[in-house]
Amino acid sequence: MVKSFGEFLLFLQSMLTRKERAVVLWQRTLDECVIIGINSIFIVAIVSAFIGAVTCVQIAYNLTNPLIPKSTIGYMVREMTILELAPTITSIVLAGKVGSSIAGGLGTMRITEQVSALEVMGINSASYLVLPRILASMLMFPLLVILAMALSIIGGYLAGSLTGALSAQEYIEGIRTDFIPYNIVFALIKSVVFAFLVSAISSFKGFYTQGGALEVGAASTTAVNNSIIAILVADFALAALLL
Amino acid sequence: MIEVHNVQKSFDGNQVLKGITCRFETGKCNLLLGGSGTGKSVLLQCIVGLMKPDLGSITFDGTVFTNNKVNIRQEIRRKIGMLFQGSALFDSMTVHENVEFPLKMLTPDMTREERRDRVEFCLKRVGLENAGTKMPSEISGGMKKRVGIARAIAPNCTYLFCDEPNSGLDPLTSIKIDELIYEITHEYNITTVVVTHDMNSVIEIGDHIIFLYKGQKLWDGNKDEILNAQVPELKEFIFSSSLVRAAKKVDDETEGGLAAATTDEAINI
Repeated sequence: MVKSFGEFLLFLQSMLTRKERAVVLWQRTLDECVIIGINSIFIVAIVSAFIGAVTCVQIAYNLTNPLIPKSTIGYMVREMTILELAPTITSIVLAGKVGSSIAGGLGTMRITEQVSALEVMGINSASYLVLPRILASMLMFPLLVILAMALSIIGGYLAGSLTGALSAQEYIEGIRTDFIPYNIVFALIKSVVFAFLVSAISSFKGFYTQGGALEVGAASTTAVNNSIIAILVADFALAALLL
Repeated sequence: MIEVHNVQKSFDGNQVLKGITCRFETGKCNLLLGGSGTGKSVLLQCIVGLMKPDLGSITFDGTVFTNNKVNIRQEIRRKIGMLFQGSALFDSMTVHENVEFPLKMLTPDMTREERRDRVEFCLKRVGLENAGTKMPSEISGGMKKRVGIARAIAPNCTYLFCDEPNSGLDPLTSIKIDELIYEITHEYNITTVVVTHDMNSVIEIGDHIIFLYKGQKLWDGNKDEILNAQVPELKEFIFSSSLVRAAKKVDDETEGGLAAATTDEAINI
């Protein structure tokens, strides 16, 4: 494990030495932003809207004490969404979608000698292939998390109103109660860290794939597993450090 | 000219290259010949820098490549074109974009029009002037090899490396690819190194042949000398092909050297 971590650090270092020209890096990053960000909007929207809805309904189900105002449901949906569900669940979903795509793509390039072709041309393959993916992830994950926050709260609003758990007025009153802007900052910091972890771990696993199609599949699975574990560990560490 | 001096390479204690010393001459098709597992591809990867030899040195036209400064290695690498066994085309790009890619990356001073002209020239040179808009998945294996050659020569390479260019191709397409490599080598006076175990290629394009056996160089010479080589391992290797046995028979009967024993005549026998 220590050896793997050392190799991971060397991999990150190799990406930063002999970088490609800024214009090439920028174009590649924009391309990756489309693949990682734009193409993930649908799944993030669906997941976050339903998580917001389910959170609202389940809190309402558990909150039976008549002394607690119903607006608390809105307050709790907001807090859970912003602090945990939007950044963490979105990143876990993206670890599955983006992480497996990165590992699979790089693994396929490796076993079909496309990475070697870049190296023979004198191009730093890690810098050309991996750095744009990491930068694009770090740019797009926070935007997707902001979207997830908004849709999750809207999902909670719709679920609460449609099921009659609470009125729209109560929900809005709840989500406006005791708002702490730092929580948004904290969530965005988390999303940037998670983006780095997902993209770097997945790239590392894909980049050093050896063998054939089966190994590419195995690399994708390992990349997703490791990314999710890294997200959960980092989630705890960041909460302990920053809250 | 590429000079290889005492190159050694081991994997987990298994010595794959046992001190190989040889030279690949400019303007010639240099063939690295040998059976499977003799270290041909490992030697090629050491030469192009995809692997680092444990010992020994590799020199490109007098400039040491092995263990030299990164910028010098980069300069040499930018003069290298390589045709991979599986072509290694970038599957997210069209044929035109594949050939244009090294120009975009290595020659930023070229204008878009200059790049387009160069790509069109290279595609025309390999006979694929109408395939520019196709994706690699839409073209045949032989066409992929041609695109690979076009991509390799696009930035005016000085050294061309081909890793088993005939693998997976039918005999006729193989001959066409061999001819293309041979023509390009002599047309542009580049140093070409071809890794092969195909005796047809030896007969067609072997200006200079190096025979590897169990990680060692056992013989070197040209295509006219190879049939009369007195190395038992080489004789066993080349005469395992019935086509070559037939060619040898023609060679002996005509006494005109191997050049007289064309593949067609061999087939007729």
